[in-house]
Amino acid sequence: MSAAQPTIDDRNLRTGGMALLGALAMLGLGYAAVPLYDLFCRVTGFGGTTQVATEAQAASAASVGIAKEISIRFDASTARDVPWTFNPAQATDTVRIGQRDLASYIARNDSKYPVTGTASFNVEPAQAGKYFHKIQCFCFTQQTLQPGQEVNMPVLYYVDPAILEDEFMADVEQITLSYTFHRAKEPVETGS
Amino acid sequence: MATTAEGFDTNHEEHAHDHADHKPGFFKRWFMSTNHKDIGTLYLIFAIIAGIVGGAMSGVMRLELAEPGIQYLAGAVEFFGGNPSENANLHMWNVFITAHGLIMVFFMVMPAMIGGFGNWFVPLMIGAPDMAFPRMNNVSFWLTVAGFISLCFSLFVPGTGPDALGAGVGWTVYAPLSTTGNPGPAVDFAIFSLHLAGAGSILGATNFITTIFNMRAPGMTLHKMPLFVWSVLVTAFLLLLALPVLAAAITMLLTDRNFQTTFFDPSGGGDPVLYQHLFWFFGHPEVYIMILPGFGMISQIVATFSRKPVFGYLGMAYAMVAIGVVGFIVWAHHMYTVGLDVNTKMYFTAATMVIAVPTGVKIFSWIATMWGGSMEFKSPMVWAMGFIFLFTVGGVTGVVLANGGIDDNLHDTYYVVAHFHYVLSMGAVFSLFAGFYYWFPKMSGRMHSELLSHLHFWGFFIGVNVIFFPQHFLGMNGMPRRIPDYPEAFAYWNEISSYGYAIMAASMLIFFVNLVYAFTIGKKAAANPWGAGATTLEWTLSSPPPFHQFETLPVIEDHHDYHDHMPRGEKPASA
Repeated sequence: MSAAQPTIDDRNLRTGGMALLGALAMLGLGYAAVPLYDLFCRVTGFGGTTQVATEAQAASAASVGIAKEISIRFDASTARDVPWTFNPAQATDTVRIGQRDLASYIARNDSKYPVTGTASFNVEPAQAGKYFHKIQCFCFTQQTLQPGQEVNMPVLYYVDPAILEDEFMADVEQITLSYTFHRAKEPVETGS
Repeated sequence: MATTAEGFDTNHEEHAHDHADHKPGFFKRWFMSTNHKDIGTLYLIFAIIAGIVGGAMSGVMRLELAEPGIQYLAGAVEFFGGNPSENANLHMWNVFITAHGLIMVFFMVMPAMIGGFGNWFVPLMIGAPDMAFPRMNNVSFWLTVAGFISLCFSLFVPGTGPDALGAGVGWTVYAPLSTTGNPGPAVDFAIFSLHLAGAGSILGATNFITTIFNMRAPGMTLHKMPLFVWSVLVTAFLLLLALPVLAAAITMLLTDRNFQTTFFDPSGGGDPVLYQHLFWFFGHPEVYIMILPGFGMISQIVATFSRKPVFGYLGMAYAMVAIGVVGFIVWAHHMYTVGLDVNTKMYFTAATMVIAVPTGVKIFSWIATMWGGSMEFKSPMVWAMGFIFLFTVGGVTGVVLANGGIDDNLHDTYYVVAHFHYVLSMGAVFSLFAGFYYWFPKMSGRMHSELLSHLHFWGFFIGVNVIFFPQHFLGMNGMPRRIPDYPEAFAYWNEISSYGYAIMAASMLIFFVNLVYAFTIGKKAAANPWGAGATTLEWTLSSPPPFHQFETLPVIEDHHDYHDHMPRGEKPASA
C-alpha cells in the first residue's frame, strides 16, 4: 500500500461530499425554477401566457394583410378580497388576424377606501398564448382606485398571423382573454 | 485488493476489543448507535409505531365513511382538544387525510424500506463491516424521529382557527390552501416535519451512495451486486435529486406564510401552479422511492424460493435505473386538470406510459424466475407473489390514469385512491411484509410461525382487496376523494370497503401475535433457514449476525456469478 493511495475514509468523504453537493445543487435548482418558470412561460406562451409586442412588431404583423377573422371573448374576475366591480366593456370582439384592436374593461371601487390591484392574465385555449400579443395593457402595472372611482382600462392587442400555420390552432375559432384582479401586496415596511 | 481490505478499518475504537460481539451498554447502544444493524432495527421499530398511528387514522376514516353523514369527526375534534363545530369537524377530516398520507409515506414506508432493510442488509449483502458514515447514520434516524414528533405536535395546534386544530392541507400541501387557507401554526409544524424528515433522508441517501460505491467487498463489482443493493442505490439517487426540490418548495411556502414573500401568491406576481410543478417534480420520484426497494426485496425473495438465479439480472438492474430516470420527467400527469394545453398533456401521457415498459420487464422477469423453478411457498414467497399480482393490478389502473383525457374524468375521485393504494398499501406494504418475513430470522435469530404468517397473509390479502377494489367502482361513479360525507348512492360500496378494513386490522393482530410467538417460543434460526436458494452474503453469517461482521472481508472470486456469493465449496447451511 503506497502512501499516495487515498484511504477509504478519504474516498468516502469525497464521494459523500459530492453527493451532498449534488443535493445542494438541486436545492438551488428548486429556487432557480421560480425565475426560470416565469421566463419559460413568457417565452413559450405556456399555460396561455400572452406575449408583449412593440409598435414595430404590431405594424409588421398588420402589414401581412390577412382577411381571416377570429373571435375574442373577454372575461373578468376578482379575487375575494378585492371590493371592485370589474367587467369587460364588450363580451366579444371579432378582429382580423394581424390587425390591432382596442378592447376595454371597466372597474369600479365599491369600497370606502383606496384599493390597489394587480391583474393576472392568460388566454384559453392555452396553446394560443404565444400568438396573443399585447401592445399596451392595464395589466402591465398596478392600478389604484379611489373610493367610488370608476375607470376604463384599455388593452391594445393583436393576434399573430403565425397562428394560421399552427395545426394545433386550426380548429380554434375563439380565444378567451381572461383577467383576475388580486389585491396588491403591501410592500414590507423597512426601518422606522 | 489488499489495500481495500486494509482500508475498511473504519471503527478503530471498537476494533481495539478482540471480540466481534462486544456490545456497548443499553443507552449508548440504542440512543447513540453507530451500528448499521442496530440503526436498522430502530428504523423498523419506528416504522411499525408510525404505521400503527397512520393505520389507526385510516381506521377512523373508514369508520366515518362506513355510512353517509358525519358521525365520529366531532369526537375526533374533542380528542385532539379542539371545539366541535361543522367547520372544525370538516377540517378534522382534512387533518386526517393529511396526517395519514404524510405518516405512511415519510414515517412508515420510507423508514422501513430504506432506513430499516437498507441499513440492515446493504452492508451485509456487499460484504462491508458497516455503513460509510456510521455517525451520520444515527443523525439520519433521529432527524426522522424528530420530524415525526413535529408532525404529531401539529395535530394539537391551531390550523384554520383556534377551534380547528391540525394541518388540513393534504400530503401535497398545495398553496393557497396551505398559505392563506390554513393560517394557524399547524402547517408550519407540518412543513418543519417535512424539512427534518427530508434532511434525514438526504443524509441517509448520501450514506448509501458512498457505502455502495466505496465499501463493496473485494470482487463485488457493481454487476455482481444483489438486486436489493441495486434498488437501494437507485432509490438513494432519487432521494438525493428529488428531496431538495421539495425542501425548496416548502421553504418558499414557509416564507410565503410568515415573511410576506409571494412565490405562490398571484397578488405579488407569484403562481400557485408553480408549487404544484415543484411538488410533483419531487412527488413522482417519491412514489418510486417508496416502491424500488420493494422491487429489490421481491427479486431476492423470488429467486430464493424458486431456487433459481433471478431471470435477466442486468435487465432487472437497469429497468430500475430506467424507472428512476424516466420518473423525473412525468410529474405533470398529477396535474392534468390545472389547465395544461393539449400538447403538454400528450407528452406527459406518452412519457408516463413509457414507464410501463421497464416495469413490465420486472414483472415478467419475476414470473420467468418462478417458471420451472423449484418453488417453495414459505411465508416471504406468498407475500412476494401477492405483491406481484396486486402491484400489477395497481399498475394497470395507473396506465388508465396516465391518459390525460380519461384523467379529466377520474382526477380526484376514489379511482385514484384505489390506484395508489394498490401500488402502495398493497405494493409497497406487501413487499415490506415479504422482506420482513424473509429477514426476520436473520435479524432476530428466531423463527416466526409459518402458520401465523400465512394466516396474516390471507387476512391481509382479502382485507385490503375488500377495502380498495370497491373504491374503483366508487371512483368511476364519480365519488370525489377527500370527503367525509357522501350521497346515499355511494353507501353500498363504502360500507363494504369499511368491512375490508376490519378484516385487514384483524390480520395485523395476527402479525403482532406472530412477533410475540417468535420472541418467546420461536425456534432458534439457523444461519440460513431458507435453504439452497439463499445465496447472498447475509446468509453466510450467523442469525443474528455478530455485532461487527466481516472483520475479514469476504472475497467474491471470478467463479461467483451475480447470483451466488457463497464461499467456494461451501454448500449453504440448511435449516
